[in-house]
Amino acid sequence: MTVLLPRTLTEASAALVEHPDALVLAGGTDLMVGINAGRTRPETVLSLSAVTELADSWADDTTVTIGAGLTYSAFLASELAQLVPGLAHAARTVGSPQIRNAGTIGGNLATASPAGDTLPVLAALDAVVIVTGPAGDREVRFDEFIVGPKRNSLEAGELIRAVRVPVAAGPQDYLKVGVRNAMVIAMVSVALVVDTTARTVAIALGAAGPTPLRVPDAETWVVDHLDFDGLAVPDPRTLETFGSMVAAAARPIDDHRGTADYRRHAIGVLARRALDRAFPGVSS
Amino acid sequence: MIVDPSVGYRLTVNGAPRDVEPTWLGESLLDVLRDRLGLTGAKGACEQGECGSCSIRLDGVLVCSCLVLGAAAVGRDIETVEGFGGADELTVVQEAFVECGAVQCGFCTPGFIVAVNDLLDRIPEPSDSTIREELAGNLCRCTGYGRIVEAVRLAAERRS
Repeated sequence: MTVLLPRTLTEASAALVEHPDALVLAGGTDLMVGINAGRTRPETVLSLSAVTELADSWADDTTVTIGAGLTYSAFLASELAQLVPGLAHAARTVGSPQIRNAGTIGGNLATASPAGDTLPVLAALDAVVIVTGPAGDREVRFDEFIVGPKRNSLEAGELIRAVRVPVAAGPQDYLKVGVRNAMVIAMVSVALVVDTTARTVAIALGAAGPTPLRVPDAETWVVDHLDFDGLAVPDPRTLETFGSMVAAAARPIDDHRGTADYRRHAIGVLARRALDRAFPGVSS
Repeated sequence: MIVDPSVGYRLTVNGAPRDVEPTWLGESLLDVLRDRLGLTGAKGACEQGECGSCSIRLDGVLVCSCLVLGAAAVGRDIETVEGFGGADELTVVQEAFVECGAVQCGFCTPGFIVAVNDLLDRIPEPSDSTIREELAGNLCRCTGYGRIVEAVRLAAERRS
């Protein structure tokens, strides 16, 4: 095995073109588990640990751009976390302090696990993934980036550079079910993003299908049943209906973490709860 | 830069340069520390980042050494539990663990010592809930954590 340690993004990109079979190593929280267990035996590893520019992140008036190499901890400690509270909620539920100190948002995207904690939030925010490769940078819509369980649409020689999300006024939430509060991979999760200016609600489900799932019919239906000015749900039956519509859209499987039936039930509960938390007001 | 498997590489561990003889480069930093450099303080258990018994600091940040590729740690500042006081010279955190009986079988203790030092360096006076959340990545199957939390409180008091 050979280890490549580029120092700049340009070097990293060139190295990946020269070694197209190299496995890219970011925080190590997925790849090293496979190597330690003997499941993954790469000939070449391209470590991004010295490519500090990949952590560069910034905000402008309407968007936040998060560098692929930014760790969950560094994101949570930055001012950007307050601009995208849903992503901050999700980042805080990842693993343990040690995992949040190592794992990166780019790694979550690259691994593309159905249970990846930031992915439902990025789906609900209609994030754009910025990819760099031999032909320069290109932008990929989130729903075209994650194409299947642990599959993304990166082409040979391409690296994730950053992910861009909008700054929206309104509550955002991420709710997750697992066997513990800490150090747990989501059995299911739900991200909810409310835009009080555009008067929209977006909901995305994690670990409830091959990729993070949006629920357009529930999103469209619910906006007519909400009081955006008072952040209230005028008719409490709205919560039940919303939960049922979202649960019906889930496409869960049975696996070692839980059954499809349980997952569908939990998705309904989480969707209802997320809406209730985002619209806690009492209607007049 | 390319790390060549036939040449080996140099790490910086607890402030000192340490040469790693030519070896398979897929070894985790945990394995390199224990098997190549004889630093057996960090313990290997789950090897998937879940138990925290291999905790170290890398460039001042608490991580699981089992999830760090040894060869990719070239040029980085590695602090292991051996750098946090020895048998003749216990640190405040180690003394607090002894006094509070926060050690039973001892397997998780090195990871806790590193994690607690890191916690108190960042948050000198943590609340009980902060202690529990910050140490959620370190598993102990003996103590039930009560005495560990007590030791952290005592160490925090003595360090302030």
